[in-house]
Amino acid sequence: MTAPLDHMTILPVILPAMAAAFLVLALRHHLKRQRIVSIGVTLLLVGIAAFLLAQASDGTVRAYRLGDWPAPYGITLVLDRLSATLLLLTALLALCVVVYAAGGVDGRGRHFHPLFQFQLMGINGAFLTGDVFNLFVFFEVMLIASYGLMLHGGGPGRLKAGFQYVAINLLASVVFLVGVGLIYAVTGTLNMADLAVKVPQVAEADAGLLKAGALLLFLVFATKAALVPLHWWLPATYAGTSAPAAALVMIMTKVGAYAIIRIYGLVFGAGAGPLALAAAPFVVPAALVTLVVGAIGLVGSRTLRDLSAFAVIASMGTLLVAIGLFDAPGLSAGLYYLVHSTLAGAALFLIAGLVQEQRGAASDRLVPAPAMAGETLLGGLFFLAAVALVGLPPLSGFLGKVMILEATQAATIWPWIWGSSSPRASS
Amino acid sequence: MELLVAAAIGILTTVGIYLILRAHTFPVILGLTFLSYAVNVFLFAMGRLAIDRPPVISPDAAGYTDPLPQALVLTAIVISFGMTALIVVLALRGYLETGSDHSTLDVPRRTDAGGGA
Repeated sequence: MTAPLDHMTILPVILPAMAAAFLVLALRHHLKRQRIVSIGVTLLLVGIAAFLLAQASDGTVRAYRLGDWPAPYGITLVLDRLSATLLLLTALLALCVVVYAAGGVDGRGRHFHPLFQFQLMGINGAFLTGDVFNLFVFFEVMLIASYGLMLHGGGPGRLKAGFQYVAINLLASVVFLVGVGLIYAVTGTLNMADLAVKVPQVAEADAGLLKAGALLLFLVFATKAALVPLHWWLPATYAGTSAPAAALVMIMTKVGAYAIIRIYGLVFGAGAGPLALAAAPFVVPAALVTLVVGAIGLVGSRTLRDLSAFAVIASMGTLLVAIGLFDAPGLSAGLYYLVHSTLAGAALFLIAGLVQEQRGAASDRLVPAPAMAGETLLGGLFFLAAVALVGLPPLSGFLGKVMILEATQAATIWPWIWGSSSPRASS
Repeated sequence: MELLVAAAIGILTTVGIYLILRAHTFPVILGLTFLSYAVNVFLFAMGRLAIDRPPVISPDAAGYTDPLPQALVLTAIVISFGMTALIVVLALRGYLETGSDHSTLDVPRRTDAGGGA
């Protein structure tokens, strides 16, 4: 039996799901009450996530068995420091986004708040799950809600970008399933902890098949994390959608990065025998190209939205350089940078949204336009967010970058990493 | 039987990929559907192919077939069905609002009045 407090682990998944159902069924025509419930639930989520983080901070890994089915047959949720940190990050980000949206964006179409809560459920579930197939299911929950959020408010441009976004993600889902099938066929399990035990024992004849499965999964996570050359959906999608949706969807790129840490750090990690570090040869080179492409895109963008989107791509590159080292200093630097870049990127998107609202016909294009109300405040905020994202000294981005660069000193490819980081700094 | 199933999966995948590479929304959706059929059969075959074996416990069974892939396939079918419905609506709305069924972003993006970054 589990103690009552242990059941808190499932709350970040259940609470938004119930809230979303309640919002659709009971409050569908009451935007004001929807806002109150949605903000209330998100506040509660912040509290729960903070509690879970305090609980997990003793360093133990807690597995929560749904329905008390014994692992590896039942479904497990895993709470450790990493997942608890990301839950808290998601909840805090969600709180900013929902308060911003309550300022009027949520009234431009229907069902903003239910979709928002469903998306939170998917993201929280993806962070908590300890099972590869459930990772797929939570990915889909998160995606289908994000399709709705993305299209919220409508418009032809948004529909076209939305079609591409949905199509690329459906394709990624298919590839995910093929990868899951291959892994199950070889090991006979999909529980991540169980996989970590079974993968090193795989017969030599099956190792190739398992590696194919592992790399197919990597392809999927790289698509979610917007790693070059699988990044092209991101600028079009982010530029087309509303500011709060873009800010929230940004944490989904982090879900991709998180899945890479989990699967290639835990299951196919250094101790995985013939399959040790299966994805490692691809992560750092792809991340370096991502960094450069992001920086070039940043310089070449003509609207604030494009600029923010490419800034996100560049920051994903930086993040994955750190994660791709697959060692303790790299990972800790990467996690620090992950928290920082999520908040800074979301701030950039929300401020770009505010600027766009104020400028009327000029929208968010980088052209001169009449002065807007509160220009000093908005300009100052944007400057702060941009400085944070680029990583100039007084703010946290600088620390993150220094930590990453220090972590790379041990790697043999450090000249490449330092070299490709420099155009980013100058942008 | 193995050859037949493998060939079927291969052909479905080929057709799916060919259709996805077309630039119009309807063939892309058809291609995605073909691919999801292929992956469903593939997942199903991952529990090994067996004939006349029950998936659940029964006293007079000589052996069992693996029930887990069947459960996975059921989930995958439900999800891909929902997603396909969504993308069909999306493509239809896109066609009605823009008058073209190209899957590329040919809606002219906001034109620039000059000045770059």
